[in-house]
Amino acid sequence: MVSAMRSIRTSAEATPPQAARTVLSVRELSVQFKLPHGWATAVDRVSFDLRQGEVVGIVGESGSGKSQILLSLMALLASNGRCSGSAEFEGRQLLNRPAKELDAIRGSAMSMIFQDPMTSLNPYMRVSDQLTEVLTAHQGKSGAEAERIAIEMLERVRIPEARRRVRFYPHEFSGGMRQRVMIAMALLCRPEVLLADEPTTALDVTVQAQILELIAELARDLKTAVAIVTHDLGVIARLCDRVIVLYGGRIMEQGTIDEIFYDPKHPYTKGLLASTPRLDEKAHGELKTIPGQPRAASGDLPGCPFEPRCPIRIERCKAEMPPLLAGASGRAVACHMSEAADG
Amino acid sequence: MLKYAIYRTLKSLPTLLSLAIITFVMMRLAPGGPFSSNRRVPPEVRANVEHAFHLDEPIWQQFGRWIWGVLHFDFGPSFKYRDHTVAELIHLGFPVSLEVGAWAMVISTLVGLALGIAGALRRNGPIDYTAGAIAMIGLAIPIYVIGPILQIVFGVDLGWLPIAEWRGGWEYKVMPIITLTLPNIAYVSRLMRGSMIETIRTNYVRTARAKGIGERRTILKHAMKGAIMPVIAYLGPATAITVTGSIVVETVFQIPGIGRYFVDSAISRDYPMVMGVTVLYGGIIVFANLATDIVRGILDPKVSYE
Amino acid sequence: MSDLALPPSRGVPGEPPEEMPAGLSPFRASLRRFSNNHLALISIVILVLIALGCFFGPMFYPADTDLGDIDNISAPIDLLSAHPFGTDDQGRDLLYRVLVGGQVSLSLGFFGAFVSVLVSIAYGSTAGYLGGRVDDVMMRAVDILLALPFIFLAILIKIVLQDSGLNILGIAFDGPIASVFVAVVVTLWLTPAVIARGQAVGLRNREFIEAARAGGMSQFQIITQHIMPNSINVVIVYSSLLVLEAILTESFLSFLGLGVQPPDASWGSLIDEGAGRIDTDPRLLILPGVFLAAVLFCLNYITDGLRDAFDPNER
Repeated sequence: MVSAMRSIRTSAEATPPQAARTVLSVRELSVQFKLPHGWATAVDRVSFDLRQGEVVGIVGESGSGKSQILLSLMALLASNGRCSGSAEFEGRQLLNRPAKELDAIRGSAMSMIFQDPMTSLNPYMRVSDQLTEVLTAHQGKSGAEAERIAIEMLERVRIPEARRRVRFYPHEFSGGMRQRVMIAMALLCRPEVLLADEPTTALDVTVQAQILELIAELARDLKTAVAIVTHDLGVIARLCDRVIVLYGGRIMEQGTIDEIFYDPKHPYTKGLLASTPRLDEKAHGELKTIPGQPRAASGDLPGCPFEPRCPIRIERCKAEMPPLLAGASGRAVACHMSEAADG
Repeated sequence: MLKYAIYRTLKSLPTLLSLAIITFVMMRLAPGGPFSSNRRVPPEVRANVEHAFHLDEPIWQQFGRWIWGVLHFDFGPSFKYRDHTVAELIHLGFPVSLEVGAWAMVISTLVGLALGIAGALRRNGPIDYTAGAIAMIGLAIPIYVIGPILQIVFGVDLGWLPIAEWRGGWEYKVMPIITLTLPNIAYVSRLMRGSMIETIRTNYVRTARAKGIGERRTILKHAMKGAIMPVIAYLGPATAITVTGSIVVETVFQIPGIGRYFVDSAISRDYPMVMGVTVLYGGIIVFANLATDIVRGILDPKVSYE
Repeated sequence: MSDLALPPSRGVPGEPPEEMPAGLSPFRASLRRFSNNHLALISIVILVLIALGCFFGPMFYPADTDLGDIDNISAPIDLLSAHPFGTDDQGRDLLYRVLVGGQVSLSLGFFGAFVSVLVSIAYGSTAGYLGGRVDDVMMRAVDILLALPFIFLAILIKIVLQDSGLNILGIAFDGPIASVFVAVVVTLWLTPAVIARGQAVGLRNREFIEAARAGGMSQFQIITQHIMPNSINVVIVYSSLLVLEAILTESFLSFLGLGVQPPDASWGSLIDEGAGRIDTDPRLLILPGVFLAAVLFCLNYITDGLRDAFDPNER
């Protein structure tokens, strides 16, 4: 499939992973939610690094906890949620810090775009106000100057007639354009890190490709690292340098995009790839699926979260969580049956 | 925007018209009139008085007169106070009612908003709890119970304020106005609280937080705009409640406003007075609803596209 | 084994929907939810106690209590005496008056609400189901009546009726109680009619209604047997609110002197009397006031509970 869709990031342009410096370092991040009968774990000790300029994709099914990872980094968890672990950004701790401290970072050095552009923009405020307030709050720019920069950025995200349109309200834009506005808003202060939570899921297929291309282009130009969360392997294939495969709140496998797509080691990854219909294959009968349903909040169980649906499970899988074993090059797998990660 | 305002205004005209028709019909249906007293009146006198009141004309002519009069704020003479027209009596009483009512509206809206916001931001905290208690009282206990209780507590027992009547000083206004504010404070605070809580949970407030503009800006600029809409929409019905409440308050506190005239006229069968006050108050309510709709149209960018 | 799904909406997790035990009809499930609401249940108990007291309490009094005990004018509160809450300045037992007044208030309230519910469901279901011009006209009439502040409507009706000498089926509509009753019903049925109409509009395009039509049911049958019963959820939520409003309206009118007239009494008229005497005997006001407030509080909690349990929009 990767061969059928050219990756936007050709290997010549992508920064070799090990060479660039790490901008975000997440260690043992866990997220839990208080439900009527106790705490449920949505994210279970997830660790990963984000290096300057790279695009990392976090892929998983609904309920795998992938959005919660991003939300906890931005201190946007719901009031019944709590997180633990560490997330270091530019030498500063992000988790469980007072909001005031984080406000300096959020929106300027690290920003986020969300899934539904329809509801994520304030319907009662003009787009210009929503854009300029980022600049006035973080960079102390004057109103006129801020608007000038905002218009520039809107042009950069290819909103036609930006000068006129900037005074519009969000409902006067189409879905795809609203997402562009969101992207513009997030990149106004040239952040080091952009977190993207399913940015294309709510959009038409044709628009999706445009938005992804836009993100890739801007990230490259502004040297912004991107962590994108999605359930769509196609998005991963187009955009990412590295992939983290998440299931039941745990990382099942991670590696470069070539490694994951051409040499998947975890049964879940294999299942995911197999169940994605390919354009370059003739249609044969039924779509392949992974049997069973994802079980959310399964981070509290002792064994591997994927065990109930795993085609190669053994007794040990139910009792003991397989550790995420990392090889030298950053490749890692969490599975008892494939303890040999690549060397 | 202007188009919406005009459209909305036109839509309320039939309502006003119906108001006039209904009151007219009701009053003509009800027997009695200048002759409700039990005195026997000789037929000639009766005929004269009927003629003076235009009661001998065909009904549509009477109605035409009525409408014409309404448009000129002429409601005819009062049946009860023979020397005065209804318009004169209204002229006397309306400023009083207006003062009490306007103060009540302003205070109840501001206090209600404050309590609602404070309650939403610190849920289940002491302010929220107090606000909830006030709301419970304002909603459940009718003002004709609250009013007299205030009278007992502050007028009789503590003697701080005069029990009733209206003699010019501010102390005569305090209790009536406070009594009148209570139902609306209850509604507005609950409404604002719920609206605020819901708005804070929206995606766009989450985006605002994600932009790092600070919690205060997020609440005051982003959350407030959305949260306040239901309250603005409520101001129309709030006017109706205040109008209704003023009738009670004027009765309990012996205030010479048109609310009290209204009740007295209803009891003494002074129909022109009843009609006049009904049309006046009805008109105020229609106007208030119209005004709030237009304000909402201004504040909500999506509305003008209807 | 039911799984808990992490809540979806808005991308921001909150509390998930409760587990629904299998096999309960939506009505029974709502009933179950309601019975978990302790505040509402306590309110029902209190309400029932008050009602029982009002209707059966006076039986414990000697037959001529109405006339007043001249030997015991303005007796103070003495729970153990023959006059537990004392007497007024004519020697009438206060508790007795309040209980008897309660009979009027409660019956007008419940019965008025009941009739309003019937009228509004019938009217609204018909308008909503028939649709088109009929619906337009019917609901336009409702709109116009709604534009009038309801107190005015009530007062106008009261005035119109009270001297009219109207007499249908032997019921004298010009009496104070009957005219108050009509005034209450006329003001109360409007909003539930709008709700019922909305329900009917939603229902009329459902498949089972089409099936009924195809099966040859007449419009009248469809309306009475399908549309109206299916509005039950909404009706239940509204009915307790209506009782609340009915009691409030009647008390309001009586307080102003436009309702129940002496020698009959309702809580509203008792409060009116009491309000005029606060400097001499506050008990005259406080007693009926407390009863009225208690009933209103209970109804409020019950309404809230019903709404939480039965109203799909609130879930």
